Order: sequence, then structure tokens, then C-alpha cells
Amino acid sequence: MTFTREKDFGTPEAMGEAVSLTIDGQEIAVPAGTSIMRAAAMVETDIPKLCATDSLESFGSCRLCLVEIEGRAGYPASCTTPVAPGMVVHTESERLRKLRRGVMELYISDHPLDCLTCSANGDCELQDQAGAVGLRDVRFGYEGENHLEGCKDESNPYFTFDPAKCIVCSRCVRACDETQGTLALTVDGRGFASKIAASQDESFLSSECVSCGACVQACPTSALIENTVIEKGTPDRSVVTTCAYCGVGCAFRAEMRGEELVRMVPWKDGKANHGHSCVKGRFAWGYAQHRDRVLNPMVRGAVDEPWREVSWEEAIAHVASEYRRIQKDYGTRAIGGITSSRCTNEETFLVQKLVRQGFGNNNVDTCARVCHSPTGYGLKTTFGTSAGTQDFDSVQYADVILVIGANPTDGHPVFASLMKRRLRQGAKLIVVDPRRIDLVRSPHIEASHHLPLRPGTNVAMLTAMAHVIVTEGLVDEAYVRERCDTEAYAEWAEFVSDPAHSPEAIEELTGVPAADVRAAARLYATGGNAAIYYGLGVTEHSQGSSTVMAIANLAMATGNVGKEGTGVNPLRGQNNVQGACDMGSFPHEFSGYRHVSDNAARAQFEQDWGVALDPEPGLRIPNMLDAATDGTFKGIFIQGEDILQSDPNTKHVAAGLAAMECVVVQDLFLNETANYAHVFLPGSTFLEKDGTFTNAERRIQRVRKVMEPRNGYGDWEVVQLVANAMGLGWTYTHPSQIMDEIARLTPTFAGVNYQMLDERGSLQWPVNAAAPGGTPMMHIDHFVRGKGNFVVTDYVPTDERTGPRFPLLLTTGRILSQYNVGAQTRRTANVNWHEEDRLEIHPHDAENRGIRDGNWVSLRSRAGETTLRALITDRVAPGVVYTTFHHPDTQANVITTDFSDWATNCPEYKVTAVQVTPSNGPSDWQQSYRAQAEQSRRIEPAEPAE
Amino acid sequence: MMSNDERLAYMAEQIYRNFAAQGRDMAIASTVDHIVSFWDPRMKAQAFAMLDDPAVRLSDGARAVFEKLRIETGAVG
Repeated sequence: MTFTREKDFGTPEAMGEAVSLTIDGQEIAVPAGTSIMRAAAMVETDIPKLCATDSLESFGSCRLCLVEIEGRAGYPASCTTPVAPGMVVHTESERLRKLRRGVMELYISDHPLDCLTCSANGDCELQDQAGAVGLRDVRFGYEGENHLEGCKDESNPYFTFDPAKCIVCSRCVRACDETQGTLALTVDGRGFASKIAASQDESFLSSECVSCGACVQACPTSALIENTVIEKGTPDRSVVTTCAYCGVGCAFRAEMRGEELVRMVPWKDGKANHGHSCVKGRFAWGYAQHRDRVLNPMVRGAVDEPWREVSWEEAIAHVASEYRRIQKDYGTRAIGGITSSRCTNEETFLVQKLVRQGFGNNNVDTCARVCHSPTGYGLKTTFGTSAGTQDFDSVQYADVILVIGANPTDGHPVFASLMKRRLRQGAKLIVVDPRRIDLVRSPHIEASHHLPLRPGTNVAMLTAMAHVIVTEGLVDEAYVRERCDTEAYAEWAEFVSDPAHSPEAIEELTGVPAADVRAAARLYATGGNAAIYYGLGVTEHSQGSSTVMAIANLAMATGNVGKEGTGVNPLRGQNNVQGACDMGSFPHEFSGYRHVSDNAARAQFEQDWGVALDPEPGLRIPNMLDAATDGTFKGIFIQGEDILQSDPNTKHVAAGLAAMECVVVQDLFLNETANYAHVFLPGSTFLEKDGTFTNAERRIQRVRKVMEPRNGYGDWEVVQLVANAMGLGWTYTHPSQIMDEIARLTPTFAGVNYQMLDERGSLQWPVNAAAPGGTPMMHIDHFVRGKGNFVVTDYVPTDERTGPRFPLLLTTGRILSQYNVGAQTRRTANVNWHEEDRLEIHPHDAENRGIRDGNWVSLRSRAGETTLRALITDRVAPGVVYTTFHHPDTQANVITTDFSDWATNCPEYKVTAVQVTPSNGPSDWQQSYRAQAEQSRRIEPAEPAE
Repeated sequence: MMSNDERLAYMAEQIYRNFAAQGRDMAIASTVDHIVSFWDPRMKAQAFAMLDDPAVRLSDGARAVFEKLRIETGAVG
């Protein structure tokens, strides 16, 4: 693809009835509410403009887009004037050209004339429009009072603000308001003294700016410009691809100069992000070129030996021979694999195929085990399918939004911006979270109810809300009668109606006043379209699956499934968690969520793959580690996951890995897990391969290769090399062929292929004969399982209890600038915002322990101990502490225990009993771990060639 | 921290407790169904070995579940 700018229609799309008008003699019909500017652009008549862009509401400040309308006096701005029936518009006349030139003269009289050396040369709307209006001279000169001496703000690591080049069109301010919803920017001063200011005239870095890049994208000059464009020059080609960070799945234009990535620009036609982005996807891609990337395969005999660089042939042959040896010595089930939610659908499909077809067992699992496995179980049990019900755009029709156990502004920022827009329009918000997340109160947004429940009491809280809905007669009985299993409903209704489940009865347990719970339940049930959004604060509990089912119960009881603005919406953590689950990465099911004991499904795979498959479920990740320490599980293939840092009870993970004889890690970097690996196979980034990701809306989107893999192979090719070394005879030459196989074997993907994805941009599964164009919303007329299934969710307290030794509850989460274990974001300038994990502690708890802000503290649980610095804040309630898990130096998971969800073994990250005390330095574990890591990362220099 | 055997028994007991609202017999049956669906053969074998080991102390729930599991799966007792 060559470089072309995306067409800018000037103002947003309107949705009214068709209106006919004439523009420059051309008749056109457009929706009522459309601006003249947009209508003109639709017939390829580009009216000059500066302050208008189609991602923002019209503003009418630059006066460059003036037009003449027959029968109307004056020269109205085309951006703010809507079309009308029979209107006759002229966009060009001598008078208009004179007016526009006069406006442009004023702009240029206060703008540096350095176009040839400007970093935006050739990519500047001011430059283009000066040409478009025929500017040849500036009568006012360039020497008068101006802003040319304004100081640049270079505080942000990713972009520069140069006020000398600013035309104060307010596009950046409006982008921050309307698109991002942070409202960090303003126009400071009046008249000629007007200037753009961040927060209280602070630097961009120290202001409230979240570095989403919306202002940079909106800027028509180079006043706000990416530092990479300043350094590398403007791009000369672009490729549309999909972000590899969170589960929102933003589409981006990777704008390239030769083989070098210049910038990532959010794609306006991206169905998940509509041209918006966050600091990670927009800017934090430098890890792809980071010096820490390992580009050559490495092998070693034991984990205390240094790594030895070897050829791909030697590494692959070693892996195959070791796996076969282990199976010969210890049995077929002694090895397994872990697929990655960071890799493509095609790659995860191949890893699970390698395990089932090549290893001959079902010992395959995925990182969804530690995040959304309860979503799979809970939604399949209640609705019949393991996925969220809506697309993201559905939130625009919600009247009530219930956010439970999620922090969208940090974890899913682009969707959060869409949600915030709806909240600013007046939708009501209920937040159920132990911590006062930003959404509870931020500019122009305030939750109607924040229920700051004690960690571990989600099920009790949701059952109490159900109690209110049932006992106060707020159930949508017609919906339940028509759509749900009425017998299951009756049993559930009787259960929740028990006074033992009333808000008053559970108040002591949850710590939330009963009146607040009642009010929130009433609002959810009666406030109109009600949508639930949830995250890992729901799933990562000993009752994660029960909580998901309790959420589904609430939605069904109130008729809030199957229509716009409602639904049950899991916010997926990683870019391809949904896809990894869809692709058969769990040990008990094939792609499309069909159990391995299902004879018909298994026969289909057996016929396609030409081997008999194991009808017994395989091991989950924690079971693999247990089996390893028991001596029965000896080898593992881990693609793109760092279980040593991300999984709970680090010491147990380390013991499990250390007990194996062949640990193969495929990754971009020598991650923490690689400290216990025997073979390291270099991975490729999302920029270096083709494939697809599936986001939280079940949206399948293309990942496109924009540069050659620095390690030599795409990850799917590496898996194929291993498979063929084990004698499987795979012959894929492009990931599209893998997708064809997925479609052949997976009913919900039956209609998916690359050609269709390229034509349509994206598809939401199911895509099959019944829904050839995909399925944006599920369960419209009936649930996938037939009748919706109410499930009794009895509250069973976690066995992780506080007491005199461990009186506080630790809960963990993530922050906007960092991503999961931080392997990517720690290798970018995002460390400017979060260079270490901190422990949030309430002022009372800190005071009782003699802890001051910034002090080093010891954080100790029954599982282990670590040290980190304290951040004193009342965001957390007394008795609760909170930290992130982005930094291996902290190793937050040394603290977390091996308690897990009863149904899926998803770890209980969100509840750990701990004690916090002042500390002088790193824990014994941290010291010994650092020493081990240092020892393990040694690489022996390669022997010179003969 | 639990040993691997203890953890397996704990898992069975935990599943059973989450089905307990169904009543004892149904809870045992549901737990067995769950284990059949999600546990690998090695874990089931480990459960049966614990049943047969007089030194292992199992909760009433876990023992009842493992005994029914052995019958349902036709494993030799």
C-alpha cells in the first residue's frame, strides 16, 4: 500500500432522513443533519478548512470554509451549517477566494515560514490550505507581534508541542474533550494572547494528559507532532493492522518509511476504535526494535549453564529429539504446551494442534487460564457460548452502565473513552470495585453509586442485588418467561429471595451500606437499557465463575440481553485472549468450544489431521506445574507467555519449571520464564507477521506484516518447523491457509477467510451460513443454548483469610502506561509514567505502621515476601492494599497464593492476606532471584566460523 | 502451602462446596461431572490413589466425590 492520507469529511456523519441539495451545480442527497462541508466532500468537493475534522463536532472558528448559499445573506461557515432541502450552495467564487485568502494571510503572518525544514513538510494541512486558497503574499508582513518565539514543550517522550506553529484552532482541545474524554487541554488567555495549555499551564508530561495521541492526530500543523516523525521524516507507505496490546483491538495504520516504522496512527475505519488510540498502541511499539530482543535460537544442557547460540536447524532438531525422548522415558502425557494470547489465532491454533496431533495428548493451555477462563465457563453455562454478548458500539445505547471488577480507563482506555462519551451524554453509572477507580469521579462524570466492596465478596454482592430485584418485583417476567428456563429461574428466584441474601444481611460481609446496594439494584433494573462490563476483578477469585454466572443471572432477570445498550461484556485483558480461547487452547476442548470427549467433534479433527486424538482432558497450567513437581510432567513448549512472572505463587512455578527436563520458551526477550528454559526460540512481533486477532467483541481482524521478521521467521513458521521435525508433515505457506483449516473445523468460523476479512475489514463470529456477515450482537431472539439458564450462585467465602499475622487484603491490577508483565512496555518510554510497582495503602493503615509516602515496605503473605515502595492514598479502603505486577524486580506474584477459581483454576490474584511493614531493602527471595536471573541470562559467545 | 495431594483433594472439596446449595447427592453428582469434564487422567488416578491410602485424610465431601467418580469412570477400586 502506498501512502495516502485518510479522507477527511470535515464533520462527523449524520444519521437523519435523506435531504436533497445542490452543491456547485451537482445534486446530492445526504442524511439530514449533515453539514454542507461534509456533503460537499461526499461529492469530492473539498472546501478549505482548518479547524474542522470529521472526528470532532464542528466548531466554526477558522472561517476558512465560508460558502455562498442562494437566498441567504452573508457567507456562512460550511462546517456549522447543516444542509436543507433544496439548498443551492456555491463553494467557489471570487468573493469567497478573497475572504479565504484574507483569513489565511492572518494565520500565516503569525506562523514560521520554515516549511522546507519543518518536520511536517508535505503532511501539513496549513501548508495544503495555503495552497488551496491561492495565497501568494501576506500583506501584514511577518515582523509584527506574533508567537514565533514560543518555547517548545518536549517533556512528553513521544511528541513535541511547538506553540510557534500553533494556529489555536482548538482541534487538540476538542480531541482531548470529545475523543479521549480527559479534558486535559484548554485554550489559555484571550484574543491574541490565546494559547494551548495542558492542565494548569503545566508541561504535557506533568499534566493530566494521558498521551493517547488524539491531540497529535487532530493537529493540522506540526504544533503537535510525533517525535519519530521529527527524527525519521514523514512516512511513504502505510499498512492497516491491529494493535497487539489489550483486548479492545484497535486498528492502526502502520506508517512506514522503507522498512522502518515511523508511527502508528489509529485507523478511522477501525470498527473497535473508530480512529482513537491509547498511549500503548499509539506510541509504545519501540520494544519491537529494542536491543534486548534475542534474534538467534539458543540451547543449553542445564539452566545453570550459559546459553549457546545455535542454528535454527540445531535448535529445532534438539527440541524434537528431547520431546520424543521424554515421551519414550515418561509416557505420552509427560509433555505439553502453552499458547499465547499475544500471538495470532493462526499461531495459537497451530500450537494446540502440535500438542494434540504431535504430542498425542491434550496438555495444552493458555494464559486465559489466569484471566478469563471463568468467563468461558460462566457464560457457556448460562448463555451457551463463551463470549461477550455485544459490540463496543452498543454502549452508546446504554442508559445504565454497571462496571464491576474492571478499570477501563487504565486497562481498556479506548473503549473507556467511548463509555465516557455516553456517560457525559447522561447515562448512569454504577461502579462495583474495592478501589476508587478513575471512573467513579472524573471530569463531567460521576458514578451514581460506587459500591466499594471488600475483596472476595462479589458473589454476595450480586446475589444481594438479585434479592432486591426479585423481592421488589423488578424482574422482567415476560422476558424470563419467553427466553429463559423457567424452572431454573424459579429455583434461582427462591434462592436469592432468602432474607439471608438481602443487602442488610450481607452488609457486614461486604462493608457496603445496604441502602446503597438497594439503590444500585433498582437503578440497574429500572433505568432503561442496562449493560454490564467486567474484568479480572470478577474472574480472578475463588468464585470467579460463580460471579460471571451471577452477572448473567442479573442480566437475564432484567431482560438485559439480546438488544442494543445491554448485555454482559467481559473486557478482555490481552489482544487475543478471546481468539486463543476460540482456537482450542484449553485442555478440555477443541476450537469452537467442543469438548474433546465429543465423539463427533473429535472424529472431524481426526479425519482432517490423520491421527487418533486423546478423548481425555489434558492438564491445565497449574496442574502441569503440580505434575512437574511430582515428576510426571517433564517438557513444555511455551509460546509468548511469561508464566514465572504472571502466574501465582512464583516459588511453586519456579519449582515446577526447574523440575522439567526440556522447557522451550519462544518469546521476543529472555523473559523470566526463560531463566528456567533449556531452549530459547526467538519470536516475532505483530509487525513482522500475518494473521488475525479476535478482540473482546468477538471481532476477527487482520494483522498484517509490515516488515520482515528480525528473527527470520514468523511464530507460526517456527511451530511448523517443530511439528515437521516431529514428523507431522505440515505444509502451510501462508497463515491464510491455517485460517482456512480453522474455518473447516470450527462451526463458528465456517465463513471466515482472508479475502472476506480484507473486503469487510473485520468479522464478528459466529460467521457461518446462518450469519454470513458475522454477528455483532448475540442472543437476539434466543440464547445460543436455547433457553437462558439461571444458576444458583451460593456465596462460598475464600479460604484465604485475614488474621493477626496477615491483617490486610492485597488486590492487584494494572496501570494505563504498562501492560501485564511489562515485557513490552518496560522496554519503551512508558516507564516515564510507571518505573516501578508501588503499594497503594490507606493513610490509616500507613499511619498505624509508621509508613510514609515513598518508604520501602515489606509485603508479606503466607506464600512469600517482597519489597516495594508505598504510595499512600485513600483510593483504597482501610484494610485493603493494592499493587500492579508489571515489574519483575517486585515480583508481586511471590505474594499471591495458589488458591484459585473452583471451576477453572483461574488464580485468586485479587485476594491475598498480607502484612505490610517498613523495610530497608529487598527480600531474601528478591536477592536470590536476581542472582539466579543474572546467572541464567549469560550467553556464551558463538564460535567463529571455520 | 499445600502439597500436591492436598491441593487435589482441596480442589474436589472446593468444587463440591460450590455445588452444595443443590443438596448433598446432587452436589456430589455435579462435582463428579465437573471432574470428568476437566481433570486429566493423571489427576483422576491420583484421586483414586488417595482413596486407597489409609494415611490420607480426605474431607467427607472429597471422599464421597472420589468414590462416586471411581464408580462412574469404571476405575478399578
